[in-house]
Amino acid sequence: MNIHEYQGKEILRKYGVAVPAGRVAFSPEEAVNIAKELDSKVTVVKAQIHAGGRGKAGGVKIAKNLDEVRSYAKELLGKVLVTHQTGPEGKEVKRLYIEAGSDIQKEYYVSLLVDRATSRVTLMGSEAGGMDIEEVAEETPEKIFKEVIDPVVGLTGFQARRLAFNMNIPTKLINKTANLMLGLYKAFTDKDASILEINPLAVTGDGEVMALDAKFNFDDNALYRHKDVVELRDFDEEDQKEIEASKYDLNYVTLDGNIGCMVNGAGLAMSTMDTISFYGGRPANFLDVGGGATAEKVTEAFKIILSDPNVKGIFVNIFGGIMKCDVIAEGVIVAAKEVGLKVPLVVRLEGTNVELGKKLLNESGLDIVAADSMADGAQKIVELVG
Amino acid sequence: MSIYINKDTKVLVQGITGSTALFHTKQMLEYGTKIVAGVTPGKGGTTVEGVPVFNTVSDAVENTGANVSVIYVPAPFAADAILEAVDAELDMVICITEHIPVLDMVKVKRYMEGKKTRLIGPNCPGVITADECKIGIMPGYIHTKGHVGVVSRSGTLTYEAVHQLTVEGIGQSTAVGIGGDPVNGTDFIDVLKEFEADPDTYGVIMIGEIGGTAEEEAAEWVKANMTKPVVGFIGGQTAPPGKRMGHAGAIISGGKGTAAEKIKTMRECGIEVAETPAVIGETFIRVIKEKGLYDKCKTH
Repeated sequence: MNIHEYQGKEILRKYGVAVPAGRVAFSPEEAVNIAKELDSKVTVVKAQIHAGGRGKAGGVKIAKNLDEVRSYAKELLGKVLVTHQTGPEGKEVKRLYIEAGSDIQKEYYVSLLVDRATSRVTLMGSEAGGMDIEEVAEETPEKIFKEVIDPVVGLTGFQARRLAFNMNIPTKLINKTANLMLGLYKAFTDKDASILEINPLAVTGDGEVMALDAKFNFDDNALYRHKDVVELRDFDEEDQKEIEASKYDLNYVTLDGNIGCMVNGAGLAMSTMDTISFYGGRPANFLDVGGGATAEKVTEAFKIILSDPNVKGIFVNIFGGIMKCDVIAEGVIVAAKEVGLKVPLVVRLEGTNVELGKKLLNESGLDIVAADSMADGAQKIVELVG
Repeated sequence: MSIYINKDTKVLVQGITGSTALFHTKQMLEYGTKIVAGVTPGKGGTTVEGVPVFNTVSDAVENTGANVSVIYVPAPFAADAILEAVDAELDMVICITEHIPVLDMVKVKRYMEGKKTRLIGPNCPGVITADECKIGIMPGYIHTKGHVGVVSRSGTLTYEAVHQLTVEGIGQSTAVGIGGDPVNGTDFIDVLKEFEADPDTYGVIMIGEIGGTAEEEAAEWVKANMTKPVVGFIGGQTAPPGKRMGHAGAIISGGKGTAAEKIKTMRECGIEVAETPAVIGETFIRVIKEKGLYDKCKTH
């Protein structure tokens, strides 16, 4: 789960991480009032969307007076920002962050993430801040430094200092920076984050070390123990069908094709998309109904697929292990009858309780095309959709 | 022969009284798996399907000699269940549970350092040695005894590959699902080493997916160490970047972990990669025919 920059900075403040003063605004009036309160030389007006690259896309403005704050706020609210992370359709700006401007001397990069290779949380830092870190990693990998953290002792003072020295932080600010990093690590682990990225981290003219941006991503699997984080979820930033699916514990991702897919298991679901593409079709979604799905869950999954107006046909591909074929069949039958199936449906069943599942489908009276294998099913649905 | 588990493996089911565990305990018993104990705290002294239930793993081990455990405990308690199995010094613990918080797994992995127990999973279908021992959630009937090792990050894709082999008359030695989480107990290389050392395994199918670099590392290992043919497949060739494809570990981020990159490295390392999941079996058969191993692998 992602949150907005201003929400991330709220969390960081609680962990003693220095961030510029600022508040969220939903209207130009609010923006002006906040700017008045901040009373700083310049005010930064930042579009709040769940995507990086806002600066380049014109989503971050520097205002020199209250009139400029008002006009930038008017310009940004309601604007559709297209960045390299939003996709071509972009994202509409509904919230602004109004922040006191900082006297930036130099920009750095710091992030925390779970590194798969070491199975540890890793702290990364670079003096090449403010830029696309993937580019830095590609072109000047020697400028990126890492500290691998032992979960028993957590991030240690010496590791934080070593990283700060490697990043060429001015000597008199090393301890301040190390403390900030310790705060970041505490926030990361307390909240079960999977990514925490500060880009840029800034050293200012008055000798402060501050997080000028904050990108948090939280581990969905740990949200059950973080009610405070769940409350920060902004449904406006998410796909409606994905929200609906998450209510039923379904893994659903919207894609841009016209063949709806319902599959059990993430690997098989991905491969089903691949196979449909291989035969010249275009999948409308990724959908893993998961292991312990009930007939009700399957019915909901089916409804979500059919709520997509682009869907011209559905391919159900099930290899039952933990998931029983008869449960899938029941769910499909109920859903097809409830919503009134108007598009072709190809079903391939294999695995646990397969005979019972096939029998239920055969006796349902529904117009279902049976497939013998994944390849057979993919070819049939591609043909039927045309 | 086989790897990890066989007809003598004594299995303990953690969380045996839950509904998923009950269903699969029955299935495993029907398959012939020797389930000697179950554990559910507070249910000690009862029995499930004739299997005695204990309050703790150490009690169960002491009383039954169980050496491998399988975990069906809900995600919030699963990490603790793994720790309990490691503490009881089991040879292996197979964790089926999905959705375990990744920072829990970071701690589990740290705790396991220097301990004897091997962890398979979490978020995996389990391990099966055909006709001898099935531990997990995979459908038993698709497997036949033979000489092909299968290792996979995805449960249902493993079934797909195994099924294709069986249909073509090619049996399997052991199939291992290592799970779809970013932090797991056993990686491709661990399993490939076992298959390489197992005299009864003549070839291996390795199924990966997008995210991370485990497949690339495994491919390099295969090139340097493996004498047996390896055929691969990578799921998620058409997955868009930045979208998590169900598995916590299956995401392309920062241009890393793409299927194209993995397939390229695997091919460079001498691994044949199937174009689609539908032809994993076919591709494998073509390769073993080229290597003159088809007759040895043909089991029925």
